[in-house]
Amino acid sequence: MKIQPKQLLRQLITWTALLPMAATVLVAYLGTVLWSLKVSMSNSRTFPSDDFVGLAQFERLFDNERWMLSLQNLALYGVLFILACMTIGFLLAVFIDQKVMAEGALRTIFLYPYAMSFVATGLVWQWMLNPGNGIQQAVRLMGYEDFTFDWIIDQDKVMYTIVIATVWQASGLVMALLLAGLRGIDEEIWKAARIDGIPTWRVYLSIVLPMLGPSVATVFVLLSTAVIKLFDAVAAMTQGGPGTASEVPAKFIMDYLFGRANIALASAASIVMLLTVLALLAPLLYVRSRSKRQEADK
Amino acid sequence: MTPITTRPPAARRPWRFSPARVGVYAFLLSASLFFLMPLYIMLVTSFKTMDEIRLGNIFALPVAITVEPWVTAWTSACTGVSCEGIRGGFWNSVWIVIPSTILPILLGALNGYALSFWKPRGANALFAILMLGAFIPVQVMMFPLVRILATLGLFSSLPGIVAIHIIFSMPVMTLLFRNYYLSIPQELFKAARIDGGGFIRIFVQLMLPMSTPIIIVAAIMQVTGVWNDYILGLVFAGRDNLPMTVQLNNVINTTTGTRLYNVNMAATILTSLVPLTIYFVSGRWFVRGIAAGAVKG
Repeated sequence: MKIQPKQLLRQLITWTALLPMAATVLVAYLGTVLWSLKVSMSNSRTFPSDDFVGLAQFERLFDNERWMLSLQNLALYGVLFILACMTIGFLLAVFIDQKVMAEGALRTIFLYPYAMSFVATGLVWQWMLNPGNGIQQAVRLMGYEDFTFDWIIDQDKVMYTIVIATVWQASGLVMALLLAGLRGIDEEIWKAARIDGIPTWRVYLSIVLPMLGPSVATVFVLLSTAVIKLFDAVAAMTQGGPGTASEVPAKFIMDYLFGRANIALASAASIVMLLTVLALLAPLLYVRSRSKRQEADK
Repeated sequence: MTPITTRPPAARRPWRFSPARVGVYAFLLSASLFFLMPLYIMLVTSFKTMDEIRLGNIFALPVAITVEPWVTAWTSACTGVSCEGIRGGFWNSVWIVIPSTILPILLGALNGYALSFWKPRGANALFAILMLGAFIPVQVMMFPLVRILATLGLFSSLPGIVAIHIIFSMPVMTLLFRNYYLSIPQELFKAARIDGGGFIRIFVQLMLPMSTPIIIVAAIMQVTGVWNDYILGLVFAGRDNLPMTVQLNNVINTTTGTRLYNVNMAATILTSLVPLTIYFVSGRWFVRGIAAGAVKG
């Protein structure tokens, strides 16, 4: 194959333009991941060192009580957060789809929290949930003097408060994406279902929901990446407390990187995070590439 | 304007007044109240005096409205060591947001343009890795990036934090522009080539002027995203450039002594004002950005 000089020049110019992207991918993405992998298998404390210790840091990590607690907290948080966001988001989308008045206003109301930062969200909910002057006190003043809602200072329930705050922020996003999916569904299905006399709720649950598959998958990926990243809201709302009751992996890593100067352990933890993301992502990528191939075959 | 012309699925069910309708509105109304409650509480708290707040009714409207908390939050609330309010953080955020919006958009447009029209060999593999990169948790890249920036002398500086925002926004920005340019007919590009247009000329004179809608979407996403960022600003910006979100958290969580809840809430609203304004003004554009950014790959 002969390459003409003109074509070569063309390739050269294009690659020059793509240089920033190539550098970002090779250095900032691939390079840093490999670097972290290397650090995670070393004995580094404050500064990186070159001695290779194999998987010792990972063993140490899974012996670390605080890390195990972070994982448990994140698992609990993740399940509740995703379930609640999906349910509330789906319900909001379905109810908005009933030809209601003031649809635009409703959508604006449900989505505005998403425009706020996790920090602001965390701080507002911290204020509302503090038992001294918050909702608990307000309800007590209304006459229900035994009313207790002090989850934010309760070691066993503090994770639920983070679920509440972040669900408030993110379920509007689920609503917006699922509503777009609902609007894309063929009118004929509704006509057919009406002729067959199937109740509306049944149509939504058994026909529409499965048809929303791709939208639900997108939402699921968005929400699960948000779960793994969870840091800002915890930092603002509870700082991991009371005690260590609301520690999460992202915060664990930040503490060991910058506060406790144990970068090897922090890197090992970050590699575990990365592997979790890949494990979540792999089946989705597989399904997508298969459905693309199927479409190509048609 | 009848609902029938504005909403396609309108023909689905005829409008009727029934218990089911009442249920629909009851659900939506209570959901609205739940979603609006924090905004309402933030607002009323920020206009109350501390004496009133100590009475403990968080839902009550302020009896004696005061703007003092707002003034304090802006000019004299303590963020760690200094007590100059969060106005410094506001301007820091502005200076971070401007380059962190313009540069990622330019790069994203350039990448998208090169990928969808010039199609250099091997670029698709690079693009695939970039898309996967969007899912890498920040923490994995954190320490190496700190070291790299420190070596370059950019750690804890404005160019440093801007570089970080460029890196982390590149996947979504490239995706946005690539998909947009893929929807433009190749014939247009070929015609421009035949007319003797080169790489740069076609980009600047033909493609960029056609990209206004996607530039608006990208700008909305970037301004909101960078403004709301906390963790990157905390680590990479350095003490002189701490963005507003970090200073807000410092005002509320690291101050010792009595907590001034009214000042805290005023500061929280002030920090959220920029993204909220963008959201309320841009409306559908904002949603479009979410949808475009969400459909990765």
